Amino acid sequence: MEDSEAVLEISDLKTYYRVMKGDVKAVDGLNFTIKRREILGVVGESGCGKSTLAYSLISLDKPLQHISGEARLLGQDLMQLSKKEKRKLKLKNISIIPQYALDAFSPTKKIKTFIKDLVKQHGRRADRDFMNKVKERFQIVNLSTSVLNRYAMELSGGMKQRVVMLISSMLNPDLLIADEITSALDVTSQRYVTTLLADLRDEGIIGSAIFISHDLATLYQIADRILVMYAGRLAELGGADEIVHNPRHPYSRALISSLPRVGIQHKDRRLTGIKGTPPDLTDIEEGCRFRFRCQHRTSECDASPEMDQIQQRHYIRCWNYKSLGSDQNA
Amino acid sequence: MRKNNEPILEAKDLTKIYSSGIINKEYTVAVNNASFELYPGKVTSLVGESGSGKTTIGRLILKLTEPNSGKILFKEEDITDIEGRSSKKDYYRQIQGVFQDPFSSFNPLFKINRVFDMVFREFELEAENKEELISQSLQEVNLNPERILDKYPHQLSGGQLQRLLIARALLLDVDILVADEIISMLDASTRMGVLNLLVDICRDKGLAVLFITHDLNLGYYLSDDTLILHEGNLVERGATTKVYENPRHPYTQMLFESVPDIEEKWDRSEEFIPEQITEVVEEFYQNNREEGYKEVEENHYVLMSLPDNIG
Repeated sequence: MEDSEAVLEISDLKTYYRVMKGDVKAVDGLNFTIKRREILGVVGESGCGKSTLAYSLISLDKPLQHISGEARLLGQDLMQLSKKEKRKLKLKNISIIPQYALDAFSPTKKIKTFIKDLVKQHGRRADRDFMNKVKERFQIVNLSTSVLNRYAMELSGGMKQRVVMLISSMLNPDLLIADEITSALDVTSQRYVTTLLADLRDEGIIGSAIFISHDLATLYQIADRILVMYAGRLAELGGADEIVHNPRHPYSRALISSLPRVGIQHKDRRLTGIKGTPPDLTDIEEGCRFRFRCQHRTSECDASPEMDQIQQRHYIRCWNYKSLGSDQNA
Repeated sequence: MRKNNEPILEAKDLTKIYSSGIINKEYTVAVNNASFELYPGKVTSLVGESGSGKTTIGRLILKLTEPNSGKILFKEEDITDIEGRSSKKDYYRQIQGVFQDPFSSFNPLFKINRVFDMVFREFELEAENKEELISQSLQEVNLNPERILDKYPHQLSGGQLQRLLIARALLLDVDILVADEIISMLDASTRMGVLNLLVDICRDKGLAVLFITHDLNLGYYLSDDTLILHEGNLVERGATTKVYENPRHPYTQMLFESVPDIEEKWDRSEEFIPEQITEVVEEFYQNNREEGYKEVEENHYVLMSLPDNIG
């Protein structure tokens, strides 16, 4: 397979939560593609739809529903597949490291038993060959195979996360979705686990990855491209360096300039964060969704901006990005 | 008023050992010979990973747990052994803690005005202008008293509740505030507001703040002094800029190398395994002959060997 080939093509995808109150438009018209060997970082505040995007691709369970649009994995539209057909793709073609997976270990089962049970649930046989392969993988994630005979409570958060990553990538998936895999970990483990994701890609164990995190600085370490999501929609999508060092959307700019980092002290420069809160996704009106918190709002912003291409593979949804220019301090 | 260069609180060789089990007792040294000072008008951040003992240090100086050895001097007075309701209450008029989970810090059945009323009763504060004081303390944390006082905790956001806890401490006119991971449950958009507020109050009121965190970037942003904690040991301490710009302890160095930065990506060719940190640190202690802390520059200390009086 060529590197330039798309592993995942998302076009105008809409998935809503159908609840009593109405529709929660968590993913509301997304477009992007991921090429082979690419890591796409997805960033946004809580409630922006980044985890819903993951669930939409992996398991569209009620109340989450597909409304329109396509999500083609290697050409096959995931939205049109039955549960049974999707199950066949899982682990082998598409796999996920779910958020909070660390807490999902059974306290009464050894790691070995846990792994066996899990693969059985996915309809795979956990025979001796399989377990030998598991042992090989333990070396890749720098864990001793003795971990197999231990209980979850004997392992640190970072070690558990490595076990989860190993299981999720066991069948060399074409696409691995990593949902907030670092948020519950210590700084040193965050670095290890993040780097490991890139290593798995480099070694060809996984094809491509979607790396979801609220922490832009962590994403930036390994992502080739970054998707900035706001209230269920794309705000900006582009190369990682472009997004971090030359952001064009007012939201991306605000996100980056409010990042606390070594070198900035309160007494020298006051970081403010972004004023206001994201809109309620249940009854959302027409118009740019960021306009209520945007410093550059104009009358045009009451209509929804279309996706515009700034340059090759760099997209934005904003009426005013051209007039703002690429000067960071604008 | 105390001079700014005199510590308001001094912790001297604090050690806390937890024991578990009944017959075969196992001991865990949570804090080992920790010494540090807190100064009025200064934020001191206590940085450590999970299990490093940072919360225990907070609890020790809040007297929520007793040390096995060591002393705590508050305004030059030894308060390590104070006991009894009235003397503890007297201490709590001057020091308060704000913790990670604001939602569980409030009684869900009490409206906010009742929570504030209780402060007066609990601490036997005599005040004729109670309402005025309450509304003043709320305004100091940028909350509108009219909109807040009549609400139940569930009607408020995490950021608002966290501000309320700070306001409650201000009402007591405390000298020290211990803030233990106060923003980890808050959304990115409300975080900076609470943090800026904390520093502003510290500066304006001459409050000493112990900011307990695992987030190195935030520690740098807020604090004047930094304490780095590793497995119960304060391995490096001093002026924040000095510790960050010139880390000398191997643990501090590794910790800083792990911080994600948008200016410089991690060096992925470097092998980096979290479990090896303990080994590297032990090797460092073995290979140097110096004892205790070394002053590597003015107001910057590094732990060169482990104190060996662990009981």
